[in-house]
Amino acid sequence: MTTREAAVRSRRVTVSRSVVAESPWVRFAVRRSGRLLVSLWALLTAAFLMVHLVPGDPVRAALGAAAPNDLVEARRHTLGLDDPLWLQYAHYLRGLATGDLGTSMTSGLPVSQVIGDRLPATLELAGLAFVVAVLLAVPLGLGMAVLTRGGRRPRVELGFTTASVVVGAVPEFLVAVGLVLVLSVRLGWFPVAGSDGFASLVLPVAALATAPIAVLARIVRVEVLSVLDADFVRTARAKRLPARRIYLRHVLPNALTASITLGGLLLGALVAGTVLVENVFSWPGLGSTIVSSILSKDYPLVQAVVLVYGVAVLLVNLLVDVLLALLDPRSTIREA
Amino acid sequence: MATTRRARWTRALRTPVGLAASGFLAVVVLLVVLAPLVWGERAEVVDTGNLLQGSSAAHLFGTDSLGRDIGYRVLVATRLSVGMALLATVIGVGTGLLVGAAPVVLGRRTGRLVTGAVNVAVAFPALLLALFFATIFGVGARGAVLAVGLATAPSFARLTQTMVASVADRDFVSAARIAGVSRIRLLVRHVLPNIAEPLVVNATIGAGGALLAFSGLSFLGLGVQAPAYDWGRLLEEGLGRVYIHPEAAVAPAVALVVVGLAFNLVGETIAKGMSPRATVGRTAGAPHPPGPRTATGPRRLEPAGSTLLEVEDLHVAFPFAGGWATPVRGVSLAIRPGESVGMLGESGSGKSLTALAIARLLEAPASVRARRLTFQGTDLLTADPRTERELLGASFGMVFQDPMTSFNPTRPVGRQLAEVSQQHQGLTRGAAWARAVDRLREVRVPSAARRARQYPHEFSGGMLQRAMIGMGLMGAPALIVADEPTTALDTTVQREVLALLARIRAEEGLALLLISHDVTVVRDVCDRVLVMYAGRIVEELPTDRLGEARHPYTRALLDAVPDLETSRDRPLAVVPGRPVSPDALPAGCAFAARCPLATERCRTDDPVLADAGPGQRVACWQTGENLGLPAFPAATSRAATP
Repeated sequence: MTTREAAVRSRRVTVSRSVVAESPWVRFAVRRSGRLLVSLWALLTAAFLMVHLVPGDPVRAALGAAAPNDLVEARRHTLGLDDPLWLQYAHYLRGLATGDLGTSMTSGLPVSQVIGDRLPATLELAGLAFVVAVLLAVPLGLGMAVLTRGGRRPRVELGFTTASVVVGAVPEFLVAVGLVLVLSVRLGWFPVAGSDGFASLVLPVAALATAPIAVLARIVRVEVLSVLDADFVRTARAKRLPARRIYLRHVLPNALTASITLGGLLLGALVAGTVLVENVFSWPGLGSTIVSSILSKDYPLVQAVVLVYGVAVLLVNLLVDVLLALLDPRSTIREA
Repeated sequence: MATTRRARWTRALRTPVGLAASGFLAVVVLLVVLAPLVWGERAEVVDTGNLLQGSSAAHLFGTDSLGRDIGYRVLVATRLSVGMALLATVIGVGTGLLVGAAPVVLGRRTGRLVTGAVNVAVAFPALLLALFFATIFGVGARGAVLAVGLATAPSFARLTQTMVASVADRDFVSAARIAGVSRIRLLVRHVLPNIAEPLVVNATIGAGGALLAFSGLSFLGLGVQAPAYDWGRLLEEGLGRVYIHPEAAVAPAVALVVVGLAFNLVGETIAKGMSPRATVGRTAGAPHPPGPRTATGPRRLEPAGSTLLEVEDLHVAFPFAGGWATPVRGVSLAIRPGESVGMLGESGSGKSLTALAIARLLEAPASVRARRLTFQGTDLLTADPRTERELLGASFGMVFQDPMTSFNPTRPVGRQLAEVSQQHQGLTRGAAWARAVDRLREVRVPSAARRARQYPHEFSGGMLQRAMIGMGLMGAPALIVADEPTTALDTTVQREVLALLARIRAEEGLALLLISHDVTVVRDVCDRVLVMYAGRIVEELPTDRLGEARHPYTRALLDAVPDLETSRDRPLAVVPGRPVSPDALPAGCAFAARCPLATERCRTDDPVLADAGPGQRVACWQTGENLGLPAFPAATSRAATP
């Protein structure tokens, strides 16, 4: 303990000369990237161990019980599964560093190539759904807060809260099935599956965005309600600013802190939610890839897709923290 | 204790949500137990003559690829779907509880490691974790249950950690620890019983989530495998032919949504039943106008003519416990251009509400009523919103009590000043900014141009309050209402701000309504004083004649001010007793209960504000008899405060 304290003190002496090091932003960046590295390491290691935790021999499982023994042995050798665990771990990390994610067991293609082919479609879906969710949920939550402030319109409030709880609890694959039933089968407005132009995007995006809209709108409403009671809103009203300006310039920016935190969680869940929605709509993204590769026991591919999803979630969390720090500079100082 | 708990549960169950939840729960339990027994065989009957049929009289939801009835299969699948969900929840809660409580047992260092691991795991969505574990445990019902269970474990672990941490700090746990109770015993005997209730609530809601997650895995083909079937699997089979027979997908989807929601409802009901907090009743009845007009309504003040602000018989009421509380009851006042008026009174006397009502800043549920409310000759009671906004925006400035909370923390101070001129004088962004900097300079904010770009938290309290005064000066104000402008500031800064207000008033020739509980502040700055008590003006007099105040309350306030002659050996004088609450006003004079001169008449009849000398009015029955009294006998009460 004492040596660590001494080390910290000596470090402080060396860096205190630099003005930059004293900046809360530098402290924030150091602390936050430390957390990112730890999470990233945990993710990489978990993905590595995943393959080794599969009971029995993954190669045997992938090739089937009928496969000849020498083929299994040969495949084990090419995959490096004969090596001691630590060496495999080292190879795995080196491979990741050089962008080599292994070879798909079923297609024989490099995993990185499969990911490269499939990732854009998933990103398109998740990104669009998130943008739609935010663009609809924030005005909806703000509007509901303004309408129901100070206990006004209790029936509207009850209806909104009930609806948002119900809608927010329905998982995306059920929303997807419902949308298909009504909008594709009954009304024939949109294609039931596939990825072909704008029309085919509508249903998957709607399925992904529905629950987040409900959850986010509810939180935005609660946040806005608490800000409406703030002294500075009374000041803005005393300045006789138009209502629009009060809500958009004075209330909204102050109501977004918790909403951004929740928005990040929702975006993470949305990335994972693509798995189900892609399978409903036969969307050619990573979600259909991971399910088919789990079913065919194509472990290198499963491992890589899990990694990609995990890294996406970590990046979203990082983005949220940076955004929060930018919006409220005091938060980083307080945290330090 | 037991009876109150039972009463709580009865109450929770009697709510619509509680009734719906218990109804759902009963149906689901019945289906889980009975459906496979009753319909199990019929759900397996293969009818090769009716493959993949749509809805018919014999098969309400059609048949599957082997001609089996989908309706029966959905009913029978309740047991497997719900059973798997409950099993997964048990695994998730159990693992989460073990991991979450581990830090208590393991000691500091290992405990922190476990906490860190949970923090990392909780960042990943449950579905991703479920896919991860499904890969490890393999495709199938067993693997999917383990996967869903372990995927929910991190969030339960986090919940347990948070609750354990809050319990572990409490006294009885510390006492047990000091008494040498072992860690495991501490956990089992003292900590876990205290976190059981919220854990049960979350586990119930979690079971709904597990049902949907497990069905999701089955839907993807990773869960239950043929010939077994659950709702997820039936949904997947139904979706394959959604174009031809959508009802095959509708039945399992509806079952999933309904039962998933039922778990949520049951969780909510349990939470309500467990929470000792009684539900707060809504204010009954429709809002009605505030209480009857007092028979003693004040008469008209001196002729309007040159008055800037005129208020007559102002009432402010709030809904309270089914009725209305009226904290402002018939205030009348007039302010002439350039005049400085102080409003004096204890907290809760209705001063700030009066100011907010005059500034038209009170919103529903507050109810504002007055016989007359005019500013610069315009009737604010009948003015349309646009006229009101333009008039008050240009000529009416407000300064609030706490400058640190009265500025928007996310906008630069200069912007917040500038937007007034952009809005009301039609200045461009640049011109408005220049005026904001100029006004900041006017209120002596040093290096105004630089300061204007800073955020409120970079200002000191005194400087922010000056900036707020500057904000009031952005237009061409005729009146500034300052509501306790110095209360939140340091004593040294208070003087600065007051001096600034006095200087601005003199230089710009504007009127000031200064609201304060501090006699010295009002005496230093104002020409005239209005003394408020329990929502009424009880005395009005020129500041230079404060010594001739007649109302016992005013005299008590004056006596409470220490000066150089105040003896330092005796306790400071205070006004004895407490202010009356606006929802429990007595019949007579509101001050009677605290007044040493009160007689029977004071307790039954409310005194009217009446002329009592040049520029002086007072609402008191006793002033006539006590005119000659040199000093208010507050000395008797000096030692009387507890």
